[in-house]
Amino acid sequence: MSTIELTNLTKQFGALTAVNAIDLDVGAGEVVCLLGPSGCGKTTTLRMIAGLESATSGEVRIGGQRVNELSPRARNVSMVFQFYALYPTLSVAENLAYPLHAERLPPPEIAVRVRRVSEILHLDEVQHRLPGQLAEGEKQRVAVGRAIIRDPSCFLFDEPLSRLDVQLRETMRGQIKEVLAGLSRATVIVTHDQLEALTMADRIAVMRDGRIEQFASPHDIFARPANLFVAGFIGTPQMNLLPATFIGRDGGTGRFRAGGQEVAMAIDGAALSADDPVTLGVRPRSLHLVSEARADTLSAVVDLIEPMGAETLLHLVDGGQALRVVVDHRSEPAVGERVHVAFRPEQTHVFDRLERRMT
Amino acid sequence: MARSRQRRGVGKAGWWWTCGAAVVSFCYFFPVLWIILTAFKTHNDALAIPPKFLFTPTLENFVGVFSRAYIKGQAAVDTGFDLFFFNSVFIAGSSVIVALILGTLAAYGFSRYPLKGNDTYLFIILTTRMLPPIVVIIPIFLMFRVSGLSGTYLGIILLYAAFNLPFAVWMMKSFFDELSPDVEDAARVDGSSDRRVFFKICLPQVKAGLAATAVFGLILTWNEFLFALLLTGVETRTVPVAMAQTIGGDIGVRWGLLAAIETLFLIPVIVVVFLLQNHLLRGVTFGTIKR
Repeated sequence: MSTIELTNLTKQFGALTAVNAIDLDVGAGEVVCLLGPSGCGKTTTLRMIAGLESATSGEVRIGGQRVNELSPRARNVSMVFQFYALYPTLSVAENLAYPLHAERLPPPEIAVRVRRVSEILHLDEVQHRLPGQLAEGEKQRVAVGRAIIRDPSCFLFDEPLSRLDVQLRETMRGQIKEVLAGLSRATVIVTHDQLEALTMADRIAVMRDGRIEQFASPHDIFARPANLFVAGFIGTPQMNLLPATFIGRDGGTGRFRAGGQEVAMAIDGAALSADDPVTLGVRPRSLHLVSEARADTLSAVVDLIEPMGAETLLHLVDGGQALRVVVDHRSEPAVGERVHVAFRPEQTHVFDRLERRMT
Repeated sequence: MARSRQRRGVGKAGWWWTCGAAVVSFCYFFPVLWIILTAFKTHNDALAIPPKFLFTPTLENFVGVFSRAYIKGQAAVDTGFDLFFFNSVFIAGSSVIVALILGTLAAYGFSRYPLKGNDTYLFIILTTRMLPPIVVIIPIFLMFRVSGLSGTYLGIILLYAAFNLPFAVWMMKSFFDELSPDVEDAARVDGSSDRRVFFKICLPQVKAGLAATAVFGLILTWNEFLFALLLTGVETRTVPVAMAQTIGGDIGVRWGLLAAIETLFLIPVIVVVFLLQNHLLRGVTFGTIKR
């Protein structure tokens, strides 16, 4: 069984707690992304799984077996490093073969596997080059090849695509996904790029300050963020987060005061009482412009227009409050114009004072 | 950078620089050239005033290095210089190898396993090079006499190795510090033991550093005179000491003979530097050019 389980895992560097009592499980064949801003502990978590850092407390289990005390070589994991970490004095073929030498496989078997992996990753023509003579994309493929040439119990990727340009990143994303799909191993990918996480992962663990803020499927993370941090971190353009006060309810609709204006939003059965401070979360794509003010609209002035191709991002201001709205590029208002914005009620969120999502 | 400069072509200004560099190089090289020329001159040619640049070359000096007649009319005797050359090669080579092995291991330790007080230890290692060697000559001489190391190969090799060690540690540490720790981590995850990481992954990456350290150490020990004079015996004498002892005698200074010894003495160093020059260039410029 190829699984990874982290229980109550903690890592302290002196007074600094890099990873704070996290729980995580990765099933066989599952791809989990650790996503978060830099310094949130995601790479440290990965290194603890690999055995390159020792855990201060908690447990790491690979394939059901506790591995805390095992050295990296005894854990049988494959890891792709952010800067590829190819062996600079060995050729591409030797780099690929390196993990197999450590396993003491017979040379003919090694040759067969090196050939197979080079074919999969299109590295046949650069076999005899040194890493210093390779392009970024080729280095990346060698790093992946070195990971998949063995039959490890799990795969670990540390920011695997961060050094590639945008086009190459898209190609490699597809290629890695394809390769991983054929291997059915537990895989952990560390990234700070949400697009990478949303496209590659079966489940995403969003991390902040050494804690996991939410661990769920990409769709859930996007549609039902657990708290204000996840809501603000996932999605581009960023979700609008408006400080507001609860006024009262009419059936399933709540009325809020935000920046001097009153708006209505679906709140289902959330437990709110009058004058509760809340934060309203609305994605820029869940807003649309309407021709005149209604009870459930906000009005604001267009401050800045950012064309994004098919769509246009409008920055609106009203008093001190900023609002981002994505509109079709054909319905573009002028800067300085006052516009009215309506919500799609099913795509709005209300966060309580503790920043947890209520609806 | 060097590569792009080569590709650019020399140009007119470049020619001036090239000529200037040639003149300066020639000034530096002139003493060496003079020694080599003198080695092929007869005694009279060597002493001629004005100095002779054109003369009939002779090999008599080179023959004289290995066997010569001290008093006219007597049969030529073995001078022992073949032994002294062997001693120089053996002592310099062994001491550099010892210093390189110990220094590299120590440097890797300092670089990879930071302990409390590492900086202090590194400083203490360096202090041994802060004194002029002559200051410690008496204690070392006494230590050697008491321990019976005087006049032995082991003694002088250990002493030279100790001299080269601080340089080797500091130099190699700077090379190890530059290596990416990720590469070593990758090797560990790929199933390597610490020993294999060191020998298979780290050491090949610092080849340039090893070459540079070896050459500097070799030149230092090869030319060392003071300790060799006091601490080697007849059997373990090195060439610089033996050379000094050929000066004087009843016929005055034999310049041609001295020049021949020096010419022969130059060859091993030139060969080593020539063989290692590619590494050497990378070694001495390491860290100064962004990779």
